[in-house]
Amino acid sequence: MSELGVVQSFTVTFIVRRFNPETDTEPYWQDFDVEMFSTDRVLDGLHKIKWDQDGSLSFRRSCAHGICGSDAMRINGRNRLACKTLIKDLDISKPVYVEAIKGLPLEKDLIVDMEPFFAAYREVQPFLQSTSKPKKEHHQTIEQRERFDDTTKCILCAACTTSCPVFWTDGQYFGPAAIVSAHRFIFDSRDEASQVRLDILNSKEGVWRCRTTFNCTEACPRGIEVTKAIAEVKQAAISGVRR
Amino acid sequence: MKTLRLERLGWIFMRLSGVVLIALIFTHLTVNLMQDGGVKAIDFAFVAGKLANPFWQWFDTALLWLALIHGTNGMRVVIQDYVLRPRLRKVLLTLLAVSTVTLIVLGTLVIFTLDPCPAGTPADLLPSFCPAV
Ligand code: HEM
Ligand code: SF4
Ligand code: FES
Repeated sequence: MSELGVVQSFTVTFIVRRFNPETDTEPYWQDFDVEMFSTDRVLDGLHKIKWDQDGSLSFRRSCAHGICGSDAMRINGRNRLACKTLIKDLDISKPVYVEAIKGLPLEKDLIVDMEPFFAAYREVQPFLQSTSKPKKEHHQTIEQRERFDDTTKCILCAACTTSCPVFWTDGQYFGPAAIVSAHRFIFDSRDEASQVRLDILNSKEGVWRCRTTFNCTEACPRGIEVTKAIAEVKQAAISGVRR
Repeated sequence: MKTLRLERLGWIFMRLSGVVLIALIFTHLTVNLMQDGGVKAIDFAFVAGKLANPFWQWFDTALLWLALIHGTNGMRVVIQDYVLRPRLRKVLLTLLAVSTVTLIVLGTLVIFTLDPCPAGTPADLLPSFCPAV
């Protein structure tokens, strides 16, 4: 029996895909052994590596609590937030593979250039557009608010877009996250620019590139039904918006 | 593309043609491969007999056109997904278009111009309705 109050720790092997643009021509895998508790998260493992073993390891994180969207990465082949992936949910009898999300230009270690992702996001005009200037607040029924509730939860982590095979092979595709953000406003009863957004998403690289792979829904750390949202935007592009 | 919305048209077409193809393909398979002796019964007489019937002529035309256009649009999407080098992409898309047009033209010609009773052929190889020579 273990001593009372002592929490058991485990050695977890992380195999991290490293890349330093100043010295490397190709990314390579490097392993690290880290002492961890089952309540720790992958992010804690990366911290321990950076703080105690190799200060050059580079990754983004800000809130460390699943809300800023900066630490999406491929963990054991799946896009997850490092700060929401608990060690106890992984099989630590095997190494834990960690690499940058795919489809965006790799900058260093786990950091990618997010600009193409945000460019697509900006293009769908992700802000409320309303010409009416009511004297009181805009009224919206519970049902009207419910209509787009799911897509308000997006934290722009890019886990969905960088899990999409169409985005991998052809970086022109708007990608699921931009469509989710468009959905957020297309189905908002107060918004007046739905048609503008649908016209944008009707383009060659718009919603019609989606092949219903469901990778995005599986990847979303916020549990957004991304594929469903895309299907609803397709539906609206064919037969008009039904709020 | 903004006014025509070709990509949207393609998406709708894949679904509509898919539904129609289910009916056409399974009828085609049942009639050709399972009924009356099944696949062993297929010979010139069987095919020529079917293609002499206006119902099967139009049925096969619909199957030919829909399957080819559906398959071609599907392959177009696959090429766009996987072939990123612009030259190669153009070459493949052109080959695809040329082969589809060729197959549609040849197939349609065969369906409507096949002579079910070529002169000088032994009667046992021909459909029963051919006049005896
Ligand atoms: C049983 C009848 C069929 C149905 C219901 C059907 C349905 C569909 C649908 C809905 C798509 C679009 C998938 C998407 O956009 O995500 C598709 C794609 C495709 N279809 Fe069919 N189809 C049928 C028969 C055929 C036939 C006979 C061919 C070949 C001539 C064919 C070749 C293709 C190809 C190449 C694609 C593109 C594949 C891809 O998007 O990855 N299909 N089919
Ligand atoms: S939809 Fe989900 S996976 Fe995609 S960017 Fe938003 S939070 Fe991330
Ligand atoms: S660090 Fe903010 S979402 Fe993970």
